[in-house]
Amino acid sequence: MTTRQQIRGTRTGSTGAHARPGAHERPEPDRIVPPSGTSLRRLLRRTNPLAALGALAWLVVVGMPLYYLVTVSLRTRADYLTAGPLAPPTSPTLDNYRMVLTGEFGRYFVNTAIVTVVSIVAVLALALPAAYAIVRGRHPLIRIGFSMMLLGLAIPSQAVIVPIYLLITRMHMYDSLAGIILPTVAFLLPVAVLVLTSTLREIPGELYEALAIDGGGPMEALRTLVLPLSRPGLITVAVYVAVNAWNGFLFPLVLTQSQDQRVLTMGLWSLQGQYTSNVPALMAAMTLSVLPVLLFYAIGRRRLVSGLTAGFGK
Amino acid sequence: MKVRAAQGAGPARAGRTRDRSSVHQRPGVIWALPAFAYFLVFAVVPLILVVGLSFTHWSGLGTPRWAGAANWSRLTEDATLGSSIKLSLILTTVAWLVQTPLSLLLGVWAAAPGRGRAVLSAVFFVPLLMSNAAVALLWQSLLDPNFGLAELIGPLLGASDGNILGDPDRALAAMALVVSWQFIPFHMLLYQAATRQIPQSLYEAAAIDGAGRVRQFFAITLPQLRHTIVSSSVLIVVGSLTYFETILLITEGGPGTATRVLPLHMYITGFQAFEMGYASALAVLLVVAGTALSIGIVRMTGYWRMDSSREGM
Repeated sequence: MTTRQQIRGTRTGSTGAHARPGAHERPEPDRIVPPSGTSLRRLLRRTNPLAALGALAWLVVVGMPLYYLVTVSLRTRADYLTAGPLAPPTSPTLDNYRMVLTGEFGRYFVNTAIVTVVSIVAVLALALPAAYAIVRGRHPLIRIGFSMMLLGLAIPSQAVIVPIYLLITRMHMYDSLAGIILPTVAFLLPVAVLVLTSTLREIPGELYEALAIDGGGPMEALRTLVLPLSRPGLITVAVYVAVNAWNGFLFPLVLTQSQDQRVLTMGLWSLQGQYTSNVPALMAAMTLSVLPVLLFYAIGRRRLVSGLTAGFGK
Repeated sequence: MKVRAAQGAGPARAGRTRDRSSVHQRPGVIWALPAFAYFLVFAVVPLILVVGLSFTHWSGLGTPRWAGAANWSRLTEDATLGSSIKLSLILTTVAWLVQTPLSLLLGVWAAAPGRGRAVLSAVFFVPLLMSNAAVALLWQSLLDPNFGLAELIGPLLGASDGNILGDPDRALAAMALVVSWQFIPFHMLLYQAATRQIPQSLYEAAAIDGAGRVRQFFAITLPQLRHTIVSSSVLIVVGSLTYFETILLITEGGPGTATRVLPLHMYITGFQAFEMGYASALAVLLVVAGTALSIGIVRMTGYWRMDSSREGM
């Protein structure tokens, strides 16, 4: 998907500056204006001041709330109330974090981690063999099932929460982490199958044939060919599932109740009730809840980005 | 359950002649069955069940009781329904109008190479990493009239007194903006990826013809992005039509029912008033509206006909 796309630079229109790919490496034969002018003129031609200004404006729109989130979490409550919402944290304190971590927050964190890890394993375990069968199998049911999944991509989870609530209560899984995991996995499956299918299509058929000549069956192929060669796809899917499961709100909202089974997103909501007058503590809890994803983002940005748009990035 | 290769290789398909020469085993349907069955049970069956449940009375406890068409005739009497449909349409329209131009421009901007762009885009994607709960609570705090930034943001929404969430119209506008803030990064990513796929040769040819930056954008970039515009629009429309989590967290549909959009009306009916049967009828309405709108957009824009717009390049 996105990772695979050639990073072919483009000359963009009114919005984009004119930094062409490799503009500094090769001469520019297609320039109409001879590249003689002063360096200022050159610079003006290559950059687009309007676009840069727009980007900076957007930086304020995105950055200001994030600045608020982090700085307020580092300030005392009194400081927040007197010095105003945007004052810099002149004497930063970690007291808010300490306070949040001594509460129930750790429990929510662990619950969320369980939901996330189990969802990743379950989605991969279900989607990889399915993708392998879709790419290599010939049974007519496979095609029907694949079409069902592609159409299923359009089912909005909000619209089916009532029957899912019915199913989960009937399975006696209401108010359990398993109850959250079951529908979460289902709604992440279509994209996972889609991504893995397109990854597996790139394995040349000759490889399977060579393996078969050596007497290997499908199990052998899955282990020695599919698993190692589909790694980029597997990572993309894992990231996609991880972010979605970590941030999931709808299923925990409808399917859990007790504090023991609370995940982070629900926990934040309950903390908001608890800390109505303590905004810094709430911001600390929110920062903590976003931190794992942010750390992950800092390490493997490209993987994360391709995982987030998995299935749609084309 | 192993399906032999010979089975599928009978009438040699074009380009698949190599199948015939080999005798390797192909994976049978059993390999895909767990995923298909799982998806069937937890996604497809609920979609069918929701239609069935719309003909029942059910409080969430006990067994659903048959109700005939009672829920469906109730749709016509529900005073809140009309307003929630209207609110949903407004929210969807505003969300589309805000998100499409901004994410397109940002995506095109981010597609060009350059260190500054890469760093800024990295920051721009951060809202995408946050949960609904985090986004909602952050904005609720920001929009707080007493301690937040309401005094700063208020004037932008025509509320110089900072009373945003307490005013019906402004609250809805604020919801549209929060939802846009949350989802613009996703659509920006779609546009960024699509822009990078535009053949460089098109721009080179345009430059030779003397087309400037603005001309190039309208003559090349925009037409080349039309597929992405359509798919992003479908995602925005269906998304904002069915999405309610952030609104539930920030306003719970208030003040009054000023931000009680259709999916939120469904949620409150089902899980706060415990009228799951009627909530199911509302859910069916949602699915039908979403499907109709997305098919409508695709038809209107002639999406399928332009499928091969770039073939042969």
